[in-house]
Amino acid sequence: MSRAQPLSTPTAGSLGRSDLRLIAELIEPGSRVLDIGCGDGLLLEFLVREKSVVGRGMELSQTGVNASVARGLSVVQGDADTALSHYPDGAFDVAVLSKTLQATRDPRAVLRQLVRIGRRAIVSFPNFGYWRIRLSLLLHGRMPQTPSLPEAWYETENIHLCTLLDFLSLCREEGIAVDHAFTVRDDGTPKEITSPTLANLLGQDGVFLLRRD
Amino acid sequence: MAGPSSSKSPEIQRALPGHRLEIGPERPLELDCGAALAPAVLAYQTYGELNAERSNAILVFHALTGDQFAAEDHPITGRPGWWEVMIGPGRPLDTRHYFIICVNVPGGCMGSTGPKEINPETGEPWGLDFPVVTIADMVRAQLRVLDHLGIDKLFCAIGGSMGGMQALQMAAHHPERVHSVIAIATAAHHSAQNIAFHEIGRQAIMADPDWRGGRYLEAGSVPRRGLAVARMTAHVTYLSEPALHRKFGRRLQDRGALSYGFDADFQVESYLRYQGASFVERFDANSYLYITRAMDYFDLAADHAGVLAGAFRDSPVRFCLVSFTSDWLFPTSEAKRVVHALNAVAADVSFVEIESDKGHDAFLLNEPEFHATLHGFLNGSAERLDLPTGDLIPLELGERDPSEERIS
Repeated sequence: MSRAQPLSTPTAGSLGRSDLRLIAELIEPGSRVLDIGCGDGLLLEFLVREKSVVGRGMELSQTGVNASVARGLSVVQGDADTALSHYPDGAFDVAVLSKTLQATRDPRAVLRQLVRIGRRAIVSFPNFGYWRIRLSLLLHGRMPQTPSLPEAWYETENIHLCTLLDFLSLCREEGIAVDHAFTVRDDGTPKEITSPTLANLLGQDGVFLLRRD
Repeated sequence: MAGPSSSKSPEIQRALPGHRLEIGPERPLELDCGAALAPAVLAYQTYGELNAERSNAILVFHALTGDQFAAEDHPITGRPGWWEVMIGPGRPLDTRHYFIICVNVPGGCMGSTGPKEINPETGEPWGLDFPVVTIADMVRAQLRVLDHLGIDKLFCAIGGSMGGMQALQMAAHHPERVHSVIAIATAAHHSAQNIAFHEIGRQAIMADPDWRGGRYLEAGSVPRRGLAVARMTAHVTYLSEPALHRKFGRRLQDRGALSYGFDADFQVESYLRYQGASFVERFDANSYLYITRAMDYFDLAADHAGVLAGAFRDSPVRFCLVSFTSDWLFPTSEAKRVVHALNAVAADVSFVEIESDKGHDAFLLNEPEFHATLHGFLNGSAERLDLPTGDLIPLELGERDPSEERIS
């Protein structure tokens, strides 16, 4: 008889994406977490195993859902644009949306849902104000491709890209408080944002801890 | 071919392998229709070993024409059990670790009390005097088997189709008796289209002169043609157009040209006739009426002013819903309705849709992704309860392909 083994027990290092490591650090042990766009469940499994969270996931792709459920996670197939409305207010301590906001049809509505169903929301996205993106567009006149945004314009799912400043402005409009804001630098280290203008230039990704004001 | 009723006589039924729970008049089976059944019998089968804590039990609910012989050669047909691909060592319902129970539903015809058993008041078969049973009745009856076995709380309750209805009913009305529930290819109510197909089947049976108002056993007859047509209709609903096309296309049966008549020119016709004829040998026509009716009556939201979420409020149960892309009898939209209701109460739910062209019957077949998902869900549940788990052993389907005749 053997104890159940996950496909691979993730460690903070194996989370790979630096925004995921940062998100994991922002989540209190034992909290109720909904990970929207959870992919194959890497972050969620880490949170469940290492931080003893009560974890739920939502994922659009069926292969991602099946892989997550096969890991023993509680994950449903669903679309952030339509399925979040089914959850009650404050159903979770934290609603996580990592690198998915820019792929939704209506990011503003999704953001409203996040701070409704989660007492806190954590949102990460690739910063389109990042200097390499600006430079690439300026010098080459072509749609930029970066490690954070590797796909060509005709195959990307990212239909609503924005800059850190754009996002902060939307939060203000929506009455959403930003409790913490980080950028992830080229070398993968997170840095708390002190100057939004500078962060908008130097940060490859943004990670925000939000709540309804 | 066996005699008209040889396989169905009460004497043969009592000689069936497996267990029988006899329900006495001191505590009858109370039914939704107001009747109380006693004496009554519940026939069930088990696989694997119950652990000392009695914490490793999985209740498998069978579908419309299934029975308790889920994981062994069927004592009457000789065919593999209807869920042999799912139950056994190294299968998702792993008998090395779990104790599997499967009960023939009341109203059935494989040893549990049903319309072909003897009505103690008249000494004749019940026929249509048998009380109408519901999905809720079926679940309550099976709790009696759990009581009898000393199992307070199941590790898991699982079923497909009508079995999935029972699983949802169990979660909604007896959440204290089950840790996790897996509902496959099912819905929280029977749709108008599904009721319509059932009505066609029932009308076919009742239109057969050999049905004799339900009193065919006394007359020594069997409504073969009616029951066979009912089965043929239902069987088509369990498949899909691509599956039928792949299996039969427009190929002709044992002939080079059309006959310009009404023989079974096409392979698909011959196949359906065979399905109908073989079904009659193992299933009772009145049971078919009763069990289809139970499915038709099922509507989990009805007790909650039509709001399905009300059925699951504060549920501690861990849920897994599964649908199949080509299932048009219980389509993915029905599973999603349940998932949305569960999300509305922030229940612990997983939902997977499995890509398959095999239609509703996919839940009975060797679908590796389906099995891997269930295995993962069960392992996740087992870990939470500190139960042992094991790895899946890939299936090797030998010469006995159980997909030849399904019993949804």
